[in-house]
Amino acid sequence: MPTFDYAPAPESRSVVTIAPTYGFFIDGAFTRPKATFATLNPADESVLAEVSQAGPKDVDKAVAAARRAFEGEWGRLSGAERGKYLFRIARILQERAREFAVLETLDNGKPIKETRDFDVPTAAAHFFYHAGWADKLEYAGLSAPGATARPHGVVAQVIPWNFPLLMLAWKIAPALATGNTVVLKPAESTPLSALLFAEVCQQADLPAGVVNIVTGDGRTGQALVEHPDVDKIAFTGSTEVGKIIARSIAGTAKKATLELGGKAANVVFDDAPIDQAVEGIVGGIFFNQGQVCCAGSRLLVQENVHDEVVAKLKRRLQTLRVGDPMDKNTDLGAINSREQLDRITTLVDAGVAEGAERWSPACTLPTKGFWYPPTLLTGVAQTHRVATEEIFGPVLSVLTFRTPQEAVAKANNTAYGLSAGVWTEKGSRILWMADQLRAGVVWANTFNRFDPTSPFGGYKESGYGREGGRHGLEAYVTTTPATPTGATR
Amino acid sequence: MTVSTTTRSAAELTAQARDVLGVSRLTNRALTSWLHGLPGVDQVGCEGRVAGLGTRSIKTTSKAWAIDTAIAMIDLTTLEGSDTPGKVRSLCAKALVPDPLDPTTPRPAAICVYGDMVATAKAALGDSGIHVAAVATAFPSGRASMAVKLADTRDAVKAGADEIDMVIDRGAFLSGDYLTVFNQIAEVKQACGDAHLKVIMETGELVTYDNVRRASYLSMLAGGDFIKTSTGKIQPAATLPVTLIMLEAVRDWRELTGVQVGVKPAGGIRTTKDAIKYLVMVSEIAGEDWLTPEWFRFGASGLLNDLLLQRQKLATGAYSGADYVTID
Repeated sequence: MPTFDYAPAPESRSVVTIAPTYGFFIDGAFTRPKATFATLNPADESVLAEVSQAGPKDVDKAVAAARRAFEGEWGRLSGAERGKYLFRIARILQERAREFAVLETLDNGKPIKETRDFDVPTAAAHFFYHAGWADKLEYAGLSAPGATARPHGVVAQVIPWNFPLLMLAWKIAPALATGNTVVLKPAESTPLSALLFAEVCQQADLPAGVVNIVTGDGRTGQALVEHPDVDKIAFTGSTEVGKIIARSIAGTAKKATLELGGKAANVVFDDAPIDQAVEGIVGGIFFNQGQVCCAGSRLLVQENVHDEVVAKLKRRLQTLRVGDPMDKNTDLGAINSREQLDRITTLVDAGVAEGAERWSPACTLPTKGFWYPPTLLTGVAQTHRVATEEIFGPVLSVLTFRTPQEAVAKANNTAYGLSAGVWTEKGSRILWMADQLRAGVVWANTFNRFDPTSPFGGYKESGYGREGGRHGLEAYVTTTPATPTGATR
Repeated sequence: MTVSTTTRSAAELTAQARDVLGVSRLTNRALTSWLHGLPGVDQVGCEGRVAGLGTRSIKTTSKAWAIDTAIAMIDLTTLEGSDTPGKVRSLCAKALVPDPLDPTTPRPAAICVYGDMVATAKAALGDSGIHVAAVATAFPSGRASMAVKLADTRDAVKAGADEIDMVIDRGAFLSGDYLTVFNQIAEVKQACGDAHLKVIMETGELVTYDNVRRASYLSMLAGGDFIKTSTGKIQPAATLPVTLIMLEAVRDWRELTGVQVGVKPAGGIRTTKDAIKYLVMVSEIAGEDWLTPEWFRFGASGLLNDLLLQRQKLATGAYSGADYVTID
């Protein structure tokens, strides 16, 4: 009898129309394309479209449009009316879910099953959640009794390439719910879902200038965050860029939330539900090819179950299906860019040079595109670069510990503090660990769970501010008295 | 199809169990500490894994393969108080010729009946190679004395049953009397002689996934050739998460002891879509060694017709409808 090979089950790409070139989305309309650069499909390096590089003048126009909208119609809308727009956007995202899923997979390289089952539904969920808040902000406890929480004004938002649409939703939904207007810059390598979202804004009849989208590389991002008429900055990306932003706004009135890197510890105790822990470890590091800021990239496993866990992990990795991201059965897709692939390769090579042992299952990688096999590094020490630096790829560093105290010490021994995982059947130990771990999110017997109601954010070099939940609203309001219109800022 | 059977005495099974546990005497305390030392099952994680595997998209050639494989894995079952020789013969005829419109259709693995229908089924199936499985040991409740359970088993074996589907004493299991459960399985295994033993755990009455894992290990330790979810008389019957835990158990048991044990979900599996989800799970959890009727079975009756309809649809491109498969 032949083996159970899954026949190809490709999702059709005909559901989405990609224009050959794109301009910016400013003041409710698309501009003419200019100074274009290509955005690639990382799975085969084909050019999907040409998008425009925004210069300081374009950014200026976008910020001015956002300012006009804030001081115009949008600023006068009641919360209930703003909520209607957000509900409308959420519903359109659901209606056009397949289109978004396909486009996101093409531009990012992640498997269609992730965009279909996670990215797009969760993005819609963020709009639904924040739509509900829009007319209830008075009850969110955002200001002291007697004071009024009000929007900042124009928010500059710069988002990464790992979850392009979802990060857009994390940023735009709370900004609009609280009454701000937005200029958003998607990542250079993944601008297409944001540009499709611009069409959704048009379809929802969102007033012109409330959401503006400018594309480009780091220079565009810099022009945007340094623009003098921006009131608040929301950034998700690398710690390196986050520091640059923090420096550039020092001494200004701008507020900022920064969601930066991570090097999460996934801590597995000997009394853990091992089979589910293995799933959690796999999901923790191989979800989105490990290109997740909260990825469980450091496995801290109790020494007495190390061999069993590693053996089970290796067996599990052999069933991961690596390949065409558009195939519905693909578990691991392409790395987003050559630059990122090079970074992963360099760091893993450094880890091996420092003494880590590298293992990957047998898998055939496509010849074109950017690919990295799922990789285990065992025998990793705390001093190795692969234990301290964020790899942002499908690479798991395995370390051991002997006691709960040692687990905590090693888990916290990092410059980051975004997330952590704890695996044990002992409830009291979960609570104790959650109390000790210096991480913004601690998952217990699960990993990489996201919900719009739950705040997300980091300690230390993982950034500051929270996104999602009631806490996430705080970053988008101020309780200082309003500056009179027309006054010098 | 060959089924590897080994005749084992209860004493041999007890000796082997002592060896696996590393104890000099098989006591309830030894069994308890061994079973309770197994890693727990996290319900949310287990069900999440099942949901993830449920999104696999099985199309074209792999669907055709899966349908034929699933048909060949069916224990075509009738277990009613109203069963008659005529009903059993009719079911056997269906097993011999599942689809009169297409002679290439594979035959199911076995016919599953009550003990008193074994001779009838045997005569109807002749030397076709289709096995006769008999439920025994005071099925479905198992509430009878050991003497009755053993007599029930011997009776079915004597009538020619190739396979015996026994039920465990769930009362003893839930009260922590694992030794009684062990001894009963081992004695029934001995009474089976050459017949293959499937151990029905009635997971719907065990309720928790931890219990399913413990009952699976206990059944394998006591000599079961197959572990089976349900009688079909209790709801819920077979579920995907329960079967996932059983597949993990047989996979890990082979690593521990070198002995391969089969898995049979039974009850509630009615559609091709369901059956394919089970096969995906077998493939990705236990591995392809289990993807044969020798090591994986479906206890079902209505499932066969849905598989036949889907098979016809794949062959002709058109869905024919319920009147184009036979009701037996």
